[in-house]
Amino acid sequence: MKADVLILGGGGAGCSAALHLAQRGLRVVLLERGLVGSQASGVNHGGVRQQGRHPAELPIAIRARRMWAQMAALIGTDAEFEATGHLKLARNEAEEAELLRWNAMAAEYGLHPRMIGRNAIRADYAYFSDKVVAGSLLEEDGSANPRLLAPALAAAARAAGAILLEGHAVTGIAPGFVVEAKGQSFTAPVLLNTGGFWGGQVAAQFGEPVPITALNPNMMVTEPLPVFCTHNLGVVGGDIYLRQISRGNIIFGGGRGESDPAVPVSRPLPVPSFNAMQRAIEILPQLAGAMVIRSWTGIDGGMPDALPVMGPSRTTPGLFHAFGFSGHGFMLGPAVGAVLAELVVDGHSETPLEGFDIGRFARQDALADDTWKTRLE
Amino acid sequence: MKRLIDQDRPGLTLFVDGQALAAKQGDTVLTAILTGGLGHLRQSEFGDGARAGFCLMGACQDCWIVVEGRGTQRACTTLAEPDMQVRRR
Amino acid sequence: MKVAVVGAGPAGVRAVERLVRAGLRPMWFEEGPASGGRIYQRPPTGFSRDHRALYGFEARRARALHDVADRLRFACDWRPETLVWNIRRTEPVLDTLTRGTDRRSETFDAVLLCTGAMDRVIPVPGWTLPGVTTMGGAQVALKTQGVAIGSRVAFVGTGPLLWLVAFQYAKAGAEVAAVVDTTPFATKLRPGLLWNLATFLKGLYYVGWLRARGVPVFEGAMPRAIEGDGAVRALRIEGHTIACDAVAMGWGLKPEAQLADLAGLPFRFDAVQHNWVPGQDAAGRTARPGVYLAGDGGGIAGAEVAELAGARAALALLADHGVFVDPLETSVLDRQLWRQAQFRGALEAAFPFPAHLAAEMEDATILCRCESITAGALRAAAAPEMNRGKAFTRIGMGRCQGRVCGPAAAEVLAASLGCAVQDVGRLRGQAPVKPIPVALA
Repeated sequence: MKADVLILGGGGAGCSAALHLAQRGLRVVLLERGLVGSQASGVNHGGVRQQGRHPAELPIAIRARRMWAQMAALIGTDAEFEATGHLKLARNEAEEAELLRWNAMAAEYGLHPRMIGRNAIRADYAYFSDKVVAGSLLEEDGSANPRLLAPALAAAARAAGAILLEGHAVTGIAPGFVVEAKGQSFTAPVLLNTGGFWGGQVAAQFGEPVPITALNPNMMVTEPLPVFCTHNLGVVGGDIYLRQISRGNIIFGGGRGESDPAVPVSRPLPVPSFNAMQRAIEILPQLAGAMVIRSWTGIDGGMPDALPVMGPSRTTPGLFHAFGFSGHGFMLGPAVGAVLAELVVDGHSETPLEGFDIGRFARQDALADDTWKTRLE
Repeated sequence: MKRLIDQDRPGLTLFVDGQALAAKQGDTVLTAILTGGLGHLRQSEFGDGARAGFCLMGACQDCWIVVEGRGTQRACTTLAEPDMQVRRR
Repeated sequence: MKVAVVGAGPAGVRAVERLVRAGLRPMWFEEGPASGGRIYQRPPTGFSRDHRALYGFEARRARALHDVADRLRFACDWRPETLVWNIRRTEPVLDTLTRGTDRRSETFDAVLLCTGAMDRVIPVPGWTLPGVTTMGGAQVALKTQGVAIGSRVAFVGTGPLLWLVAFQYAKAGAEVAAVVDTTPFATKLRPGLLWNLATFLKGLYYVGWLRARGVPVFEGAMPRAIEGDGAVRALRIEGHTIACDAVAMGWGLKPEAQLADLAGLPFRFDAVQHNWVPGQDAAGRTARPGVYLAGDGGGIAGAEVAELAGARAALALLADHGVFVDPLETSVLDRQLWRQAQFRGALEAAFPFPAHLAAEMEDATILCRCESITAGALRAAAAPEMNRGKAFTRIGMGRCQGRVCGPAAAEVLAASLGCAVQDVGRLRGQAPVKPIPVALA
């Protein structure tokens, strides 16, 4: 089968790329091993947040946030997106200083979270424990249902004429590009590597290996509880994140599960789960009366600097990468697809991508002390 | 729910939503509440009305109540105890 | 050698018996306070009915099982009131919770899962009303609490349990409003006479006894709705409205196979019993070394088979770990198990699961009672298989993790896609197999 563009991997980024390229009249074929959105795009916390990101990610996050406002027009559903506000909490003075530092930086990008000090936190958020000393609220941030995004992007891409083939694990990639899947050959002059964790294997095949690791967000959910907290909650350091959905369940996560990407299979683990449960209660004491009814995880790609690989290949013309979103790519997916379409069709993107250059891993000084590195989350 | 046989057992009193309820030793909280005429164990969170358990064997999780000092419990697998304080959700 | 047995029903008891006899001291986990499982479930202390009154025709078996189990507790690391909520994917570790507060992780060299079964139900409009229970639940209520689920109880479903429970209720003095068997008499006749004479005759006896007392009996009739406002008022079937204040429903059983799933065992769809079952050989060995299955938790075969299978799996476990096992004993058990298996197909044929009743349920019917999701929502979501259906609609995301709605949801989804029910797959298990407190940390 001949195409203008072949896309490897049907997560949010890949499906969005398929949609945007099809909209620009290109013949697109996307190959997905399982069902679209099975891994990172579908199993994460669901945060749609600009707050807390590394400055390198802010331009694309801001672009993505604008797209989320129009998601229903773009793909026919808002994937349950609600701008409930993202409230990032500080549990001591050092963390509070971190919030202030980030806010000062973000102002240069046009983001203006509101700091909430000790007294206001006590007064306005009685459900927090005394461990919470301050918070930063970015009201335009919020959350969506990760299970719904990639399938909806895929449906829109198909409607726009893209061919998305699920159950098509890639068995071979040759230069040119020629990709084998399910006994069929697919060829195109352009190849998009949106393979998530497995994007690292693709990059290695083209002579640009990167130090990617499997990152499995350890997630849990409670039974439905009376709604008391509408913000999407995070903490400085990212070791716990929580949100109460409108149905009342509280989704929370923290730490890492385990996985075998070769299968692929992934599982939450008891120790990180108990740690997350403890940290959750430390922030929201009334969670002590709730039950964990389910846990889950998936396989995301983690980079050592917690920034994705995005942009043109350094070795192979026509190859573009977008993978390794290190636990915070969900919100970005729609924008990543738009960026990839721009790179393919226009040769450049309006969104700055220097911080995501795959070449940074080839340079010795690439991963020097980075004061904005997003830890864990 | 109706008491039928094997009911010659010592009585006890527990409290449901603050109201005293007469029951018998050996009753589960579910039995105590439903034979006591209280009608239901909880309200569905999604507006489809009252629930009173279903499987009666700890599988369906439809009979959750709150026992003071112990938290959320299944009414069908929790024995009623004297002076137990039960709250329905 | 650290051996764990999960479950103290018929399978677990006979398994532990064999293990202890071989000199082992297994960890024995049971979620409830005592042995017996469901069929031989024991009332709490204070009840005075004897085994004949509680277990009828099964009294002798129940007594024998309880006596053995009571002695075995002292020869084991007996862990009652303990939920095994997880088994790790690759590590030989069980995660357990005792009395809702004490958590422990236990390593094992071998584990035998005897986790039993629960009822298989088909949602009808009104099935979430107070007063509606499963067939097994109605029986447990009478057996362990001496209560009837209502003052005037209707029974609907199919299978030997339907007739047994209705009979037990009437015998205990409850008012039986009606017995509705979705299987026509003609369907039961041939397999019953040829293969299951004892069961068939028992069934005839129960039906005859009930009819003689004026209980309305309907065969080959489908339930349409349960009516009532805040409580059950009537059961409506084709052509009749039956006044009642409680309804017991059940169409056979389905395995509680969540731990087998978490253990990573491959599952297959058993077309005869119309259930997904974890894979095992005739001796209870599975694809994962060190993990064994016995009893209804691996596929529905009844209590008598469970006792044989528990013993057989224990012997397989022992043999696999270098302990001498009498080949005569294993071959006797193998023969008994094989003989029992010949009847199973006929029993299923005599009481078929009315898949069409599930597949055709109205759009407005609540399908997932935990999350209050309708059949219409599942149809509208256009998912290609069950886990996608769950992701799109929340069916199976609630407290029971799809235990109750799983089979019916699969029929609805398969019918909407025009494919066989096994082609939509099954809900993937996730830990904890039952909810655990956040405060446990």
